[in-house]
Amino acid sequence: MSAPVYAHEAPTAAERVKDALAVAFVALLLGIPMIGLTTVDQGGSLVVATRWSWLAAFAAACFVGRLVLRFSLDTLTRRRTARQRAAGAKTVKIAGASRLVSTIGWVAVAFSLLLPIVFSDNRYVVDTATTVLIYVMLGWGLNVVVGLAGLLDLGHVAFYAVGAYAYALLSTQFGWGFWTALPVAALISAAFGVVLGWPSLRLRGDYLAIVTLGFGEIIRVVLNNWTSLSGGPNGVTSIPRPTFFGLAFKPPGDTPTFAGFFGLDFSPGHRIVFLYYVILVLCLLTNVFVTRLRKLPVGRAWEAVREDEIACKALGMNVTNVKLSAFVLGAMLGGVAGVFFAARQGFISPESFTFNESAIILAIVVLGGMGSQLGVVLASLVLVLLPELGRDFAEYRMLLFGTAMILIMIWRPGGILSKREPTLRHVKDGGRA
Amino acid sequence: MMLQMSGVHAHYGHIHALQGVDVSVQVGEVVTLIGANGAGKSTLLMSLFGQPRASAGRIIFDGEDITRLQTHDISRRGISLVPEGRRIFPRMTVMENLQMGAVLADPANLHVDLKRMFALFPILEERCEQRAGTLSGGEQQMLAIARALMSRPKLLLLDEPSLGLAPLYIKKIFQTIRELNRDHGMTILLIEQNAHHALRAAHRGYVLQHGQIILSGTGKELLASPEVRAAYLEGGHGAAGK
Repeated sequence: MSAPVYAHEAPTAAERVKDALAVAFVALLLGIPMIGLTTVDQGGSLVVATRWSWLAAFAAACFVGRLVLRFSLDTLTRRRTARQRAAGAKTVKIAGASRLVSTIGWVAVAFSLLLPIVFSDNRYVVDTATTVLIYVMLGWGLNVVVGLAGLLDLGHVAFYAVGAYAYALLSTQFGWGFWTALPVAALISAAFGVVLGWPSLRLRGDYLAIVTLGFGEIIRVVLNNWTSLSGGPNGVTSIPRPTFFGLAFKPPGDTPTFAGFFGLDFSPGHRIVFLYYVILVLCLLTNVFVTRLRKLPVGRAWEAVREDEIACKALGMNVTNVKLSAFVLGAMLGGVAGVFFAARQGFISPESFTFNESAIILAIVVLGGMGSQLGVVLASLVLVLLPELGRDFAEYRMLLFGTAMILIMIWRPGGILSKREPTLRHVKDGGRA
Repeated sequence: MMLQMSGVHAHYGHIHALQGVDVSVQVGEVVTLIGANGAGKSTLLMSLFGQPRASAGRIIFDGEDITRLQTHDISRRGISLVPEGRRIFPRMTVMENLQMGAVLADPANLHVDLKRMFALFPILEERCEQRAGTLSGGEQQMLAIARALMSRPKLLLLDEPSLGLAPLYIKKIFQTIRELNRDHGMTILLIEQNAHHALRAAHRGYVLQHGQIILSGTGKELLASPEVRAAYLEGGHGAAGK
């Protein structure tokens, strides 16, 4: 949050309140599905009820708790720095903000693992959470391109579409299963990334944005008009759903089914929960993969290219290849999200891949804080849940959505989480200080 | 011979920025190139890297013709540039900046090289986890030099290292240049507007004006030369002043 770089400079009261407000805001967001919404039994059917007062109390508790925690932590570090100063040490501490981020990250992982169990009979919650995760996946893919490598890509949806159609066609035309088609579709998306990136990554900033925007439209127009391949505006229907090691999520029939194998009663909820876990695993893999890459020279090279291309060239980096690698990785991750999207919907058409989607994905990356993994998650929550919550307001919900975006940009111009984690630590030798 | 540029021409669009320059640098030498704003100093340095590519002439580095090579291939031959305006990576930490300098080097050397840099610039070790953009101008210049040295170059190019720095840091930078050359045998090509400091630090110098070399000689000779004194050392009112 607004943590000072030097721990010994005590934050002002205003900084403390701001920091605690930020935490309360995160708590509020996380609390919406956890506390704010619940299901109650009403005459035999489940309905979603709201508990806003509980949520308010929860957020308030987090606010107060954070104030107390920060105050005591600051007091501790101040004492420690004073001691270190006395000992002649000059190391600069990076304050506790990074620890907070990783704590929130782990809490979010634990929560998302438990979510379908907590809401096992609430299809709506699990379904919405799945949508959030698709956007998280798309956001992480685009985050590599925009947030890390600094390449403004306005046509990310193109790769999402390529992945979705690749799976849809491979499965309906050639009978491929989800798990075999997934890597192949990812490679096809990556190949499209190379085809687009190779000539266009020589362009800078706004020019690249225009080219990618055009590419996104080309893909959509082609899908709309190449009826013999893509089915045109009618799209591709009856796309097979993923199976659990060959066990289908179907009512008992002649093929082995998930419910039959495990001796459960068939419930359509099984598939919803299964799909949720599939995208969750894909997301977690993506996160681990991208986080690891960021700590390797490749990942740092992406950021260096974002910071200063000329300096990178002077250091002997092949800037085009560095940019291409980021772009292709983003395309591939977008493709994976597309495959999952097609498998989940069972039906895709060009209408799902309009520029609007690209804009939302980009908004997720920018609002989240460029380059921040957790920021993407928070922004996806905001951008997917806000329109959902706003359903009651019908025509006003886009207004709500827009206001929220403006507020976030005023309040945190660098995005919700704009603090960047260093990827390298220096271990000092005993002798030198 | 470390570097030999002969008859090099370069253009920026329609502007004929370099009009046939001959510059050479011997192994173990500090050579400086002085001249006014717009004389073509930076163009000369960048044309070494093919940005812009020399439209005529030959550039030989370490016995190899590098005139037509790609920028990144040229620096991989062992030329390292400290660019004008430092161009450090502001949102990355000091450590990360240094590591980017060694991105092509053998990772096994990383630790040793870091230690060398911290010995050369102790302030960088103190600041190593700080964002590079928060350093002062002089510290950023040191970081830029250290970053360039991380790849263990054969030839170090410095483009206006004293630009916009406090006098104390200017002194420190030139002291470092001498030290690198004397103690580490580093060959250096230095571009400067600050002719006084540059010529005192250099073995030899060239004076560039309107894309042409108009004068060359040892540092001492140039310091004593009336043209140089008039144009670059005593207020710059002379013919070559603007």
